[in-house]
Amino acid sequence: MVETKGPTGPPHGPAPSLWPLGFAIGLTVALVGLVIGSWLSVAVGAVLMVAFGYVWVRDAMTGGESTAVVATPASAAVAVVDEEPETGTYGRGTFLGLTTLGLGGVISGMVALPVAGFAVLPAFVGQGTDDIDIGPIGDYPEGEFVVATFLSDPEQGEVSRRTAYVRNNGVKEGLPSFTILSNRCVHLGCPVQVNGLSLEDQKQLVEVEGGPSVELTPTQAASGFGCPCHGGQYDTEGNRTAGPPVRALDRYRFAIRNGRLVLTEPYSVGEVDGAGADAVIHAYDWVNPSVHVDGPESILYPLEPPH
Amino acid sequence: MATSTPPRRRKQSPVVTIVNYPLDWLEERSGLVGGVKYFLSRRVPRDSSWWHTLGSATLTAFLVQTGTGVILAMYYKPDPDKAYQSIQHITNDLTLGWLVRGMHRWGASVFIILMFFHMARVFLFGAYKYPRELNWIVGALLLITGMLEGFTGYLLPWDQTAYWATVVGININASAPFLGPFLAQFLRGGAEIGADTLARWYALHMLLVPGALFALIGLHLYLVTRLGVSSPPWSRVGAGRERPPEKPNGRAGLTRGGRE
Repeated sequence: MVETKGPTGPPHGPAPSLWPLGFAIGLTVALVGLVIGSWLSVAVGAVLMVAFGYVWVRDAMTGGESTAVVATPASAAVAVVDEEPETGTYGRGTFLGLTTLGLGGVISGMVALPVAGFAVLPAFVGQGTDDIDIGPIGDYPEGEFVVATFLSDPEQGEVSRRTAYVRNNGVKEGLPSFTILSNRCVHLGCPVQVNGLSLEDQKQLVEVEGGPSVELTPTQAASGFGCPCHGGQYDTEGNRTAGPPVRALDRYRFAIRNGRLVLTEPYSVGEVDGAGADAVIHAYDWVNPSVHVDGPESILYPLEPPH
Repeated sequence: MATSTPPRRRKQSPVVTIVNYPLDWLEERSGLVGGVKYFLSRRVPRDSSWWHTLGSATLTAFLVQTGTGVILAMYYKPDPDKAYQSIQHITNDLTLGWLVRGMHRWGASVFIILMFFHMARVFLFGAYKYPRELNWIVGALLLITGMLEGFTGYLLPWDQTAYWATVVGININASAPFLGPFLAQFLRGGAEIGADTLARWYALHMLLVPGALFALIGLHLYLVTRLGVSSPPWSRVGAGRERPPEKPNGRAGLTRGGRE
């Protein structure tokens, strides 16, 4: 025996091959098909992937050294299939080995799957919050933003405290109108600030059922909102005016129940045309900050987890 | 067991006997003493230098993080209402708490910086080349896991910096195409940062990620020991041993038989 420590000789590895290139093209065609919703493109891509993947793996297995080995005449292959397998090629030891592996795999799966599910699923199942009462509509003077901070989920406590900028737009066609902007920057989620006067001395606490008070701080002459983290700027409708944000500020849908303003659910906004009660809001389901809702980049985010 | 005549005993000092007897006992039953001897006295190139100590320096920094982290876990409370206070308690009230927390806090930066120095050394010495490519890959995974430790640990003080830095970090994950939003929601443990997020990150920081780090470090050290230390590029002495002569049939492998 020659004592060898560590590998010797030329390194193991598949020979250079162009097949992966075809495989990559197939993958691209299939993914583009998924994005633009063309099943034909997906099918063509899948066929390319299977075909190129097969020859790629085949060449890699044979080291790509001699195609003669691969190109065995069909008759030879048939002859091999016709032969009876030798007795003892699938013996007791092989059977026991495979059984142990298989049973071990089943048992590990039975243990691991529920645990992995417990690690992942609670983050995606049963999301969404209850409606949030943020006080009587009389506390929201017309035409100015009020900073409202409230618990989005009183059971979770202070960690669920959120802030919205609420502006009473008056009455439009017999219905009250509010602009309710989330204070989370749609760049990366920092809290945006009011560009204007925040009247801290006029802060008031409003009692709500089932949780601590909602804090209302009036503002004066707000010209928009700015984010301290990376400089994103928004106008009073939440449209981006400068900086890195990719859409307009998120908003809350609202209802008025017994004269009180209630936030029902957040949603995302591409952009807002017009202003105040006459605004046309391009609304989308709520998505994470930094996710595009419109424009060509939005094809990069075809799926959103359940919120 | 082979029987043989016992070797003649030389007269030993009782002190040596007292030290050696338990070692002999251990060696006979485990082979561990021989293993440690093999690991510590293996051959290295004669012109290996201080540059070659960056890897073990990184390992030392990691062990410091492990030790201080285990003790900090005895006093830290991963609860949104208590975490900040428990950090204040560790820093201001507990004896030597300021020191151990400081070691962990600054040691984290030392660990990351040393990883980069070690990586630069390996790169500039060409020590990532055949047959050590796999160890470079393991090292790259170690770098990623190490930085995950930094990312998850940064939230734990639960102050304004920690909270908003983590909000931003999670949303950077969300901006990745296709699966980004799912990754972000997994990290938050829900659609919003909530009561469970802090405990989740605590578990990631002190159990899951360190477990992966330990496993990868074990693999890294195994490969270092198996493949040996490479000599510096300016070395005039060839590193390692002579390559054995090629056998007529070449080398066999799982996917490639010897040449016919």
